[in-house]
Amino acid sequence: MELSAVAFYVVAGVTLVAALGVVVARSVVYAALLLILSLVMTGLIYLLLLADFLALIQILVYGGTVSILLLFALMLTPPETRPELNHRGWALGAVTSGALFALLLVASLADKWPAAGAARHISLVDLGRALFSTWAVPFEVASVVLLVALLGALTIARSTSPGSKIARRASA
Amino acid sequence: MVPIEHIMVFTGALFCLGVYGVMARRNAVLVLMAIELMLNAVAINLVAFGTLVYPGQINGMVFAIFVVTIAAAELGLGLAIVLRVYRMRSSINVDDIDLMRW
Repeated sequence: MELSAVAFYVVAGVTLVAALGVVVARSVVYAALLLILSLVMTGLIYLLLLADFLALIQILVYGGTVSILLLFALMLTPPETRPELNHRGWALGAVTSGALFALLLVASLADKWPAAGAARHISLVDLGRALFSTWAVPFEVASVVLLVALLGALTIARSTSPGSKIARRASA
Repeated sequence: MVPIEHIMVFTGALFCLGVYGVMARRNAVLVLMAIELMLNAVAINLVAFGTLVYPGQINGMVFAIFVVTIAAAELGLGLAIVLRVYRMRSSINVDDIDLMRW
């Protein structure tokens, strides 16, 4: 077995264990830290799949921003008491996701995909050209989506408790 | 490199862990984390098909970049909604958010 395949199985195993930890951990902070591990490992998988730019993006966006956002949200929303983290109906979720996994397993292994020859590295120049020519319209739409999400998040999250500046201005 | 089927099984497992997390957790932030897991699984699958089944084609990677963009926007909005709900009800238990239930 070649080295990159061994590396893939190791990284995939760590990712799956970390993801399992995210959904079963008894502490929200442990869940967040395991999610960071899982997301950074996903970046390594992109690296093994020869998508180096995407690996960089993954580690910058998820390893940096998303994890900090999640930890801030956890700190800003402390529960009064130590709550039960799972629903009473968690077993239903386990059965559903298990059945879905069985279905996906059968579907993945049913067909033989054609061996397409050696994987090729795509240069950053080609990626940039494709993004700004073939995919220019979706790219611009994505930037508008990000802008709207930013404004929406600001509008939703700002304080409107009675007595605050915004509430007084709205009632005036 | 590994066969595409193994990557599909791996991403399928990752996606199902996310589905379990969404269905089993009560804390809204943990639900958002599970959604991130699902989005990641899909993005890995897109890149894997782009690299291994259609080598030299760029579309898989471009789709994955869009998935990352949308995931960032979704998480920002989701956490804003969570903060707002916490301020209104001082709880982020998804069972308590039942304003729209008949």
